[in-house]
Amino acid sequence: MSVSAEQVRHIANLARLAMSEEEIQRLVPELNNILGWVEQLGEVNTDGVEPLATVVEQKLRLREDKVTDGDCRDEVLANAPVAEHGFFAVPKVIE
Amino acid sequence: MSEITSLTITELQAGIRTGEFSAREVAESYNAAVAAARALNAYTVETPDDALACAKVADKARAAGEELAPLAGIPLGIKDLFATRGVDTTAGSRILKGFHPPYESTVTGNLRKAGAGMLGKLNMDEFAMGSSNETSAYGPVISPWRRKDGSNSAITPGGSSGGSAAAVAASIAPGVTGTDTGGSIRQPAAFTGITGIKPTYGRCSRWGIVSFASSLDQAGPMARTVRDCAILLEAMAGFDPKDSTSLDLPVPKCEAGLSSDLNGKRIGIPKEYRIDSVPAEINALWDRGLDWLRDAGAEPVEISLPHTKYALPTYYIIAPAEASSNLARYDGVRYGLRVEGEHTLNDMYEATRAAGFGAEVKRRIMIGTYVLSAGFYDAYFTKAQKVRALIKQDFAQAFRQCDVILTPTAPSAAFGIGETTDPLAMYLNDVFAVPASLAGLPAMSVPGGLDAQGLPLGLHLIGNELDEQTVLNAGLAIEERAGFSARPEKWW
Repeated sequence: MSVSAEQVRHIANLARLAMSEEEIQRLVPELNNILGWVEQLGEVNTDGVEPLATVVEQKLRLREDKVTDGDCRDEVLANAPVAEHGFFAVPKVIE
Repeated sequence: MSEITSLTITELQAGIRTGEFSAREVAESYNAAVAAARALNAYTVETPDDALACAKVADKARAAGEELAPLAGIPLGIKDLFATRGVDTTAGSRILKGFHPPYESTVTGNLRKAGAGMLGKLNMDEFAMGSSNETSAYGPVISPWRRKDGSNSAITPGGSSGGSAAAVAASIAPGVTGTDTGGSIRQPAAFTGITGIKPTYGRCSRWGIVSFASSLDQAGPMARTVRDCAILLEAMAGFDPKDSTSLDLPVPKCEAGLSSDLNGKRIGIPKEYRIDSVPAEINALWDRGLDWLRDAGAEPVEISLPHTKYALPTYYIIAPAEASSNLARYDGVRYGLRVEGEHTLNDMYEATRAAGFGAEVKRRIMIGTYVLSAGFYDAYFTKAQKVRALIKQDFAQAFRQCDVILTPTAPSAAFGIGETTDPLAMYLNDVFAVPASLAGLPAMSVPGGLDAQGLPLGLHLIGNELDEQTVLNAGLAIEERAGFSARPEKWW
């Protein structure tokens, strides 16, 4: 499988990365190189193998349903590029 | 005073306890050394007051006759991936510019509880994606080491924990934190002639460490000696309810358990790690390493890890996939950089991420997004997870025949800055390091010697799940026999 410029544009859009046409053209062979290389995994017989998501077997723990880390709104907002009236502020989304 | 910076953590602990020197003198010596070494570009932020404040606490406790905390008065360097309250935490990226966490990572918090201070934040590859420190938004770290050819060309300290490695090698930190997703502690440790260990996945809490690939990321110490690594690991590790993958187990007594007597231990030598393209001096060092372990009482066993050649391609599906998901949070809304787009909220996201991420990070986000996208998920991501299961199984079988595995750490010595430009060639640096990461196993690099160019080479020990002790003990046996005392000549 190889990716086309159109697919790279689509992936950049999914990843929310603005890209110039020049960047797209540079990425097409780079990504194809890397994808061509990872495709050697096709040689491995994985019939009946369960995909491994976590390396150390453990049960997910339950915790008490209670707020343990609140009351720090201003501290959190202090890192926001734009904050207004105690909220994160973003460009207008509704006309 | 200058000789204080040549002491190990063990020696600093003793000196502070006996009053041979004060913790203040230690902090002042290191603060001065850090300020004098800016040519290395190892620190992104210096925090001399933090180191002094911690020293004051230690000196006061000693004067009052109180028992000192294990790391009382020991100042450490902290990789920029760890959230440090109120201090710039940027993961080496423009997109986190100016981020001051309102909280402290569990690992650095543990080190503080043990009495340690902070010298500053250490430079790294952007979001820990790189093997040469060249992807950092702050520019590359320059290794204190130079080739013997008189060219004085700048050498990479490796990556991603390149600032961490350079700091220890240049004696501008007695010990540091690193993180390792696919070799980021071990490869730089090998490149700079120091010691570094990645513990079993889950030993150190990931809480407050900027995420790269969550199923692989693990923190660990880097220092001059195996004993120093054991001391630091004990302080860093421990169960943390705030990390759902943290292991609910007691912290192993790594330092007390140190012993270089390897009688009865079997050393696995994986035949698949013998690669033709690897320089002969690296394979020769590997043989020497085995002789040293044999001399310590261990018995060599040939083992097979049949899926070794598939580890890197597996890693380069899983790690970018997890990264593309983790890095979705950098959207210009909650922290870091914002670049206003032309019109919409979406324009703002795209413009911010385009300006904030460097080329390697974008490449990995693109690969990750692709392998997770509709129609390709099973062919790439699920397939890689299945091969990962087979790689883990290889190790489980090998550890029925042996107690610890010995390999070289990296397929080359450190290379020059700008010498490796092809992404795939760069990825191959971690060919020996990545399999243990995929299997979540503890693994460490210890210095073994110098190559013909005068650059350090490392030996790599991989242990069974939760068996950091055997890794450290085998590392100690190598350290005692390798007698590695070479230090970079000071040029900075």
